Amino acid sequence: MASLKELTEREERLTGGHRLCAGCGASIIVRQILQATNYPVVVSCATGCLEVSTTIYPYTAWKNPFIHNAFENSAVTCSGAEAMFRAKKRTGEIPADKKVKFIAFGGDGGTYDIGIQSLSGAMERGHDMLYVCYNNEAYMNTGIQRSSATPLGAATTTSPAGTVIPGKKEYPKDLTEVMAGHHLPYVCQASPGYFQDLIKKVETAMEIEGPKFMNTLSPCPRGWRHANDAAIRISKLAVDCCFWPLYEVRNDTYALTGQSKLIADGKKEKVPLAEYLKPQGRFKHLLAPKNKELLDSIQEEVDRRWERLVKLSKL
Amino acid sequence: MAKPMALSGNFAAAYATKQINPHVVAAYPITPQTLMMEKFSEYVANGEVDTELVCVESEHSAMSACIGAAAAGGRVITSTAANGLALMFEVVYIAASLRLPITMCVMNRALSGPINIHGDHSDSMGTRDSGWIQIFNENAQEVYDTMFQAVRIGEHKDVMLPVMVNFDGFITSHKFERVDTLDDAAVRDYVGTYTPEHSLLDTEDPVTYGPLDLFDYYFEHKRQQVDAMRNALPVAREVLTSYARETGQNEYDIIEAYHLDDADVAIVALSSTAGTAKFVVDRMRAEGKKVGLLKIRLFRPFPVEAVREALAGVKQVAVLDRSDSFGAYGGPVFAEVRNALYDAESRPGIVDYIYGLGGRDINAVDIEGVYNRMLSASGRMAGDVQYLGVRGD
Repeated sequence: MASLKELTEREERLTGGHRLCAGCGASIIVRQILQATNYPVVVSCATGCLEVSTTIYPYTAWKNPFIHNAFENSAVTCSGAEAMFRAKKRTGEIPADKKVKFIAFGGDGGTYDIGIQSLSGAMERGHDMLYVCYNNEAYMNTGIQRSSATPLGAATTTSPAGTVIPGKKEYPKDLTEVMAGHHLPYVCQASPGYFQDLIKKVETAMEIEGPKFMNTLSPCPRGWRHANDAAIRISKLAVDCCFWPLYEVRNDTYALTGQSKLIADGKKEKVPLAEYLKPQGRFKHLLAPKNKELLDSIQEEVDRRWERLVKLSKL
Repeated sequence: MAKPMALSGNFAAAYATKQINPHVVAAYPITPQTLMMEKFSEYVANGEVDTELVCVESEHSAMSACIGAAAAGGRVITSTAANGLALMFEVVYIAASLRLPITMCVMNRALSGPINIHGDHSDSMGTRDSGWIQIFNENAQEVYDTMFQAVRIGEHKDVMLPVMVNFDGFITSHKFERVDTLDDAAVRDYVGTYTPEHSLLDTEDPVTYGPLDLFDYYFEHKRQQVDAMRNALPVAREVLTSYARETGQNEYDIIEAYHLDDADVAIVALSSTAGTAKFVVDRMRAEGKKVGLLKIRLFRPFPVEAVREALAGVKQVAVLDRSDSFGAYGGPVFAEVRNALYDAESRPGIVDYIYGLGGRDINAVDIEGVYNRMLSASGRMAGDVQYLGVRGD
């Protein structure tokens, strides 16, 4: 992995002055990803917080080529640009040895839900690109509505914690596993709180030809109802409690990485889920005594998914 | 040198695409467009083109991939029909607003519902406000030649807009006809190379495509799109009228006036129906009846002046519309033509016949009936929207 000194010396490709909220996970993730590589990159981005906040005309925060098309088609838009790159290499308009990396970004709305068809298609077709989901677990750009990535029990504006229903009733879809089911050369899950792990994964992905998928948890101070300076702490806690394990799947072989591997190996302590929920207002009701049974059942599900992953990593 | 071939509309489009040799083709199959894509896939499989063929999982993704590819600075072609065009509706607008000169064949087919696979113009007419240049074609020969013209028009620096090449599903898409083709070198010379001002692949000079554009700039950008569409009219006329001189192929223009000079009554039609109407005009002219036809090739931008001039002196006009515009006063072609005639020095009577929905056949007898109704009318027929060839009318 590039040293911290090297990373800090690299050019910022997402400039400051964009209009994402203070403490937003998305810009931290994008910075980490773009700093992790020295290759020239072409970026596509789904409609969402990242796009609207970084490209308000006549300004742009992007120092690399960037395209936003619509909400549900970041993956296929990127695949079209990548196809043009290959075609122009074939015709000799671009030198055969020129390297450009194609990265598509989307939030969980643009990735888990409205964009899943476009993503699945682009990955199946084998384009040489990395798709990154910055997963803030709800439709934040439109005002914190539930998505299929929203955790059970989380309060959103369309799954509010009411007097009868305590937040979202369903567990989130496991998109990383859905993508693993595409048998891609590289699928991984990362968290900006453990940035060395994230950067290592990007470095790995950049050296693998073909379709790659990365799912990163992306804290959202507004939607998760946490303090503006808590994103990194919370994104670490998500890993520490095994709600958001760090792992990678290379050609169908699972491996826990970083902090998650240390926990599986007994070298770090697995913290209770409640520690992760406590700093977030969206889960406040789950910690009330009357919801203890519900909280216990969520803890059981987190444990069950974690143990399954540990088993997979030993195959 | 022109070489005659027996080609269907779909194969003519595929063969022209092969000769253009675009960088990227991204498409999704839908009846009656499939044979174009299948034929083109054979060219790819046999190494006859340099094209990257992207077989996407939906029409929405087809147009989205075309947008990504075109923004990356090369030539891009796709095709679709009916529900496929409806599914890509959102991104059809985005392609135009990003000023990407994509060429798209639309094998016109009735929109669902109820589901129907046969020809009418409801699909393309649904996108007539999307900012695409739209050219309607009578037969396979026109389809073939228009593919090259579309590339020239769309990529013109004063235009930079996508172009829709429309032809009738099954009637034109599947019927085999004689098509005079150009040799590959002639096509290469005619379409030339495309070097856009900006490209996503230019990592040294990065550009942001598709930014958030609010009330402070959006309107100006839309206004620029209006200008581009206005520019497209003279550019299209120049490209079409110089085509025969440059290639030795047939003469073309944005409209085609058939026996209109001394006509008392005229039909206005698009695409293959114009071919049937020409047959009827010939027959009625032989009987001494002063009938004529105006075929509109360029529907967007709509050639207001050319239509008005072509119909000057005609006393009565019947527009044939192969799609309806529910709740509007007449079909889309009627609305445009009637609008164009408002400022004419002497306005003819004008009526609309909605016909052929869902592929309902229109034949010479139907068209002759329309002419005869105009010829036998006592005085001016106006303001009348009728349905031709439907039960209950």
